[in-house]
Parts: sequence; structure tokens; C-alpha cells
Amino acid sequence: MVGKFEGFEIPKPIPALTEDTKPYWEGCARHELLIQHCQDCGHFRFPPSGLCPKCMSTNTEWVAVSGKGQVYSWTIFHYVYHPAYAKDIPYNVAIVQLNEGPLLHTNIVECNNEDIYIGMPVEVIFEDVNDEISLPKFRPLSK
Amino acid sequence: MSRRAPKLGRGVALVGAGMSKFGAFADKTSRDLFVDAFNAMTKSMDKAINTEDIDALYVGNYSSDLFEGQGHIAPIMADWVGLVPKPATRVEDACASGGVAIREGIIAIASGIYDIVLVGGTEKMSNLPTEQVTDTLASASDATYEGSCGFTFPGLYAAMATAYMDKYGASVEHLMKVGIKNHNNGALNPKAQFNKTIKDLMNSRIEKAKQKGEQIPDWHDEIDFLRDPRANPVVAWPMRLFDCSPITDGAACILLVAEDLAKNFSDDPIYVVGTGQGSDHALHERDDLTSILSARIAAQEAYKMAGVTPEEIQIAEVHDCFTIAELLAIEDLGFFKHGEAFKATEQGLTARDGLKPINTSGGLKSKGHPVGASGVGQVVEIWHQMRGEAGPRQVPGKDIRLTLTHNVGATGGTCVVHIFQRR
Repeated sequence: MVGKFEGFEIPKPIPALTEDTKPYWEGCARHELLIQHCQDCGHFRFPPSGLCPKCMSTNTEWVAVSGKGQVYSWTIFHYVYHPAYAKDIPYNVAIVQLNEGPLLHTNIVECNNEDIYIGMPVEVIFEDVNDEISLPKFRPLSK
Repeated sequence: MSRRAPKLGRGVALVGAGMSKFGAFADKTSRDLFVDAFNAMTKSMDKAINTEDIDALYVGNYSSDLFEGQGHIAPIMADWVGLVPKPATRVEDACASGGVAIREGIIAIASGIYDIVLVGGTEKMSNLPTEQVTDTLASASDATYEGSCGFTFPGLYAAMATAYMDKYGASVEHLMKVGIKNHNNGALNPKAQFNKTIKDLMNSRIEKAKQKGEQIPDWHDEIDFLRDPRANPVVAWPMRLFDCSPITDGAACILLVAEDLAKNFSDDPIYVVGTGQGSDHALHERDDLTSILSARIAAQEAYKMAGVTPEEIQIAEVHDCFTIAELLAIEDLGFFKHGEAFKATEQGLTARDGLKPINTSGGLKSKGHPVGASGVGQVVEIWHQMRGEAGPRQVPGKDIRLTLTHNVGATGGTCVVHIFQRR
């Protein structure tokens, strides 16, 4: 990264908690993946929001999901766009589809970048950022 | 409940179109560029226009607030071209701001509220370091869920490219061929930011190496050059530098009038016969990463309104912010079947002398991508091509009567399509 950032520690962006997203991030902090499940039409939705985009119902329950899924697509960043990611280059970003349906933006961990492929079975693990925030990451599904 | 068949309340015609030079200009602001574009537009017209005849201005601009520290720019642009006290409105839909501004102008005339509308787009991006520009562009994406895992804008398209390659067996070389084709066109466009072919760029690098007495790179053709990470580094795999459109300053203007007034301003007006717009989910809510819903919806609406089929469109300017985006576009527009665009590109079908010339201007890739101006710049190319005024890049052997523009915001959150006819 360019010199002007030297001497500064610029943190990675972390999610801001809102009333609608708080149960999700609180679940992550407990290392539990909670997804909203519409009690009227049964749609699993992500990211968290105040109403079901399929049926407009506000009748929602939080459900602990399996945390298992597969890689839907992925990329490897070779260029630094955010100084906090400079030391990670080259790093992967993946879109993982949970078995329950929703897609999550995440990183694949405990795996070489070269070994990632579409359809790769993965499972969630949590990376603690601070007391409030843990980010869901995915690793190859242990046999 | 489905909508009634979309139609314009009355006809709308295009009677002038012009653009500033696209590029990186340290000594120009978005308002200077806008004046350049306005002057080019008035010069393109067959008959003179008085500014007092113009009823309103719509200007596409993504983020002068962040790029230049200047909000509320529509009245400024109006003032700089002598339109005050006419209504001036800024339209923002990320990279589709210009195309949507055109649509708002079309709707305003079709509604009968205005007869003559100036539509412009302007963006000044080169003041900032790349990271900050990307950061500003990234604010068109989802900050919470993309930012926290290091997903930035080029990466979103990269993930779409990965999915496309996996599904259809396309290779990175197929992406490169889109860029080579668009640079071939841009090399013939004096207003383009990079009016050089990839081969020109390759040869100048070889020449430089010779002059410096350095080892001469072993590049036999453009693909060799583009495969070499020294010439074309990976940005976000599978996309390399030359798969990305540049950071650009530029502006474009067009003049739209009620159809019955068209001949007062032009001997050879171009008619707007279709317009459509759609939205799409963020990437993490899509059923498919290899097709953009908003583009399919916008295209369907525009085709239906115009009463034409994709086969009838002779040339098109599509949103190639990244090379993969052009492949998705020409499939979503129905020019090629899903999974066939990369083969069509390889066969030269989208080249200037091909069956379906795409991005004869050089596209965003070579002409440049001043975000809010890009959608209006597309129509400038269509105007010149339809009137046979495109000079050395004029599509050969075609009497161009039916054309299309396709302008996407971010990863497809917005798409707007327009269809034009010469009678």
C-alpha cells in the first residue's frame, strides 16, 4: 500500500449493528449462524431485514442453520483496494450458498486459494474481531 | 397483477448528441467537461437551438459529492450552459445515472410536461487515488456484507466471471478478446481515453524495452501480451487490469424533443422507440450470477415498446465496465443465447465488421467510463453511427436503422435500455 498509510493502523471494515441485524451478529458472536425464516411463506432470507421480500410478511423467526453449504462463486484479490487488506494479498472472497438456500459473502479459510472451486462443500467457523463482532468464515467440510 | 403494455404518451426524438473528450484531465472540473459536451452537441445539430427553447435539464452524475466535494450540481450545469431559470435535476443510479437521466427526459416529454429536454451526464473522477475512487464506487455496493470480507467492486464482477467460466467453459482468454475488440474500435475514436489498440500498446512496450536495452519481451500477439502479468497484472482473478474500464473524466449531452418538433431541429432525427428499466438484487440474493435480471427486464420492456426483436437490432452500445459484463449483456439482451457470447466474440461476430457490432465507440473499456456520463456517451455513438457520421469507425456496409443502448448501475442493481430508430 502507498506510503501515506505508513504508521497508521487502518482497521478492516466491520459491520454496523442495526435493530434488524442485531440478532444475526449476536448469534455470530456466540458462534451460532442464525438466519431469518419467514413464518408465513417459509422463505429463508439473508441479509437480515424487517420484512420478507417474497411475501411481505413481518412474521419472522430466527433459526439456527447447519452452517454447511457449498462455494457458489469466488475470486482472488491481487490488488489492494483497502489498506487493511494489504497484508492478506492475494486473498480469496467467496460467495457460499448455505444448504438452506441463502448466499453469504465470506472468505474461505484453512484452504489454499488454488484449491477453491465452485461446488466445494464447506462449513462455517467464526473469526472473532472484537467482543461484539465475529465474522462467519467457511472452511472445507471435514469428512 | 402485471403492468399494462408500456408505451410512450407521445413520440420522442433525438436531434443532437455530443461528448467531451474522455480521459484524465487535471485542469478540468465536471462543469468544464459538461460545457465541452454541450458545445459538441450543438455542433452536431443540423439547425441552431436557442437555450431559451430548452424546457429542462436532467443530468446524470454518480458522485460529484465524493469525487469533487460538490453536491447539487444540476443547477450549476444549467447555469454554465445558460439554462437558468429552467428546472434542472440530477439523476443518480450509479453507473446507469446517464442512461436513467435519458429515460427521465423521455418520460417527461412523453408525458407532455416538456417539449425540449437537454439530457447530460458528467463525472470527474481522476482527482482521487485509485483506492479512493474504488471506495467511492464501492459505496454503490453493500458496505456491511461486502466490505467486511474484503469484497470490492471489481471482485463482484470477478465472481460473476468465475461463475460464467465454470458454467459455460469460457476461459480468461475469452475475456481478453472482448478487450482487444473494444480497443480496436476505440483506436478509431478521437474522443476515447485510450485510442490505441492492444497491439499498439504491446508494440510500444517492446519498443521501449529495445530503447532501454532491456530484455525484449517474447510476445507474439495480443493474447501473449495480455497473459503476461508484467504487462497485465491480475486484479481480482479471473480479471486482469485490461479487463477493467479505466477511471475517467468526461461528459456527454443529448437533446430530446417531442416527435412533432423534430424536423425543426434536425434534417435527420433519430426516434426513441423503446425504453426499459429494471432493478436486481445484491449478488448474495441472486439465483444466478451469469445473467442480470434487471437487464433482461429492461430489454423486454424496451423490445415490447418498440415492437422489435433482438435480431432486428443492428448495432448496440453495451455496458462493458468489465469484459465479463459485455458477455453477460449481449446474452441478456437476447443477441446471443446464454453461454454463447464468448464464442460469438471469438468468432468476430461482435467486431465492427461482424454480424452484430458491439461497442463500436470502444465501449467503456477503451472510450472510458466517466460513470454518470457513460450512458449518455453511448447515445452519442449511436447518433453518429445512425447518421453515417462515425468517420473511420463507421460500421461498414450497413444502413443503420435500429440500434440499442444498455447501461448498467453497479453489478446490475439498475439496468436501463433504449432503442433508437432512423426513419
